[in-house]
Amino acid sequence: MTNHRVSYTLDSTLETVDSAERTATRIASETGFDDDEVMRIAMAVREAAVNAVLHGNAYDPGKKVILAFERIGQDLVITIQDQGKGMDLNKIPDPLAPENLLKTSGRGIFLIRSFMDEVQIHPSQAGTEIKLIKHVHGPSGGGKEASQ
Amino acid sequence: MSMKASSRQVDGVTIVDCSGRITLGEGSVILKDAVRELLSKGQKKILLNLGDVSYIDSSGIGELVSAFTTVRNQGGDLKLLNLTKKVHDLLQITKLYTVFDVKEDEATAVKSFK
Repeated sequence: MTNHRVSYTLDSTLETVDSAERTATRIASETGFDDDEVMRIAMAVREAAVNAVLHGNAYDPGKKVILAFERIGQDLVITIQDQGKGMDLNKIPDPLAPENLLKTSGRGIFLIRSFMDEVQIHPSQAGTEIKLIKHVHGPSGGGKEASQ
Repeated sequence: MSMKASSRQVDGVTIVDCSGRITLGEGSVILKDAVRELLSKGQKKILLNLGDVSYIDSSGIGELVSAFTTVRNQGGDLKLLNLTKKVHDLLQITKLYTVFDVKEDEATAVKSFK
């Protein structure tokens, strides 16, 4: 993937979550990341897709999830966009706080931030856009290139 | 690979052998149903063998926490056995490794239940 963008428009279903993870696995692998990094990137994308489908679009069949992958310089940039009401950043809990450790949810954004180099969350009334950035390292600054 | 769970009894402890992926949807539901069924039969000493679990997402982690608290609230105990490196690392970064009683050897784990 050399400075080009691929994007997918997906339904608000659980299949989208699995599909987003599979696509992230393939593209991260083709970009040259090792197996551990591929797993981390794919899990971050999966968690972002879960947020988009469940919390953003709330499974609304009339709303879509836009998933895009782009190689910008030395970065793999992944964007997941929903068409929901917009995430309230003040309501993202700290799952490591003692009072939250035994909560059964609320770890998605934390895992995303743990696994990516940079995470930008842009909520708006038209939905939430989350941008996941992973720096590409390697002897030629990018390892293997993705197949076109 | 979807999740599978089968249970067996060893010295009064129910060992649930899990395999596949514990993720949002089917995987989490299978785990929840397996634990509920055991509790309904009065089997409250539960050892989750995660040795063949290849992947857990945040929903799966939530389901593990839910199973743990549900069993504890009913006076039982739930422990984890044979974590893969991926699952071990996930529990470390979420600070849950110290919440769960994690065992590496089945015989020792079974004996550790009171």
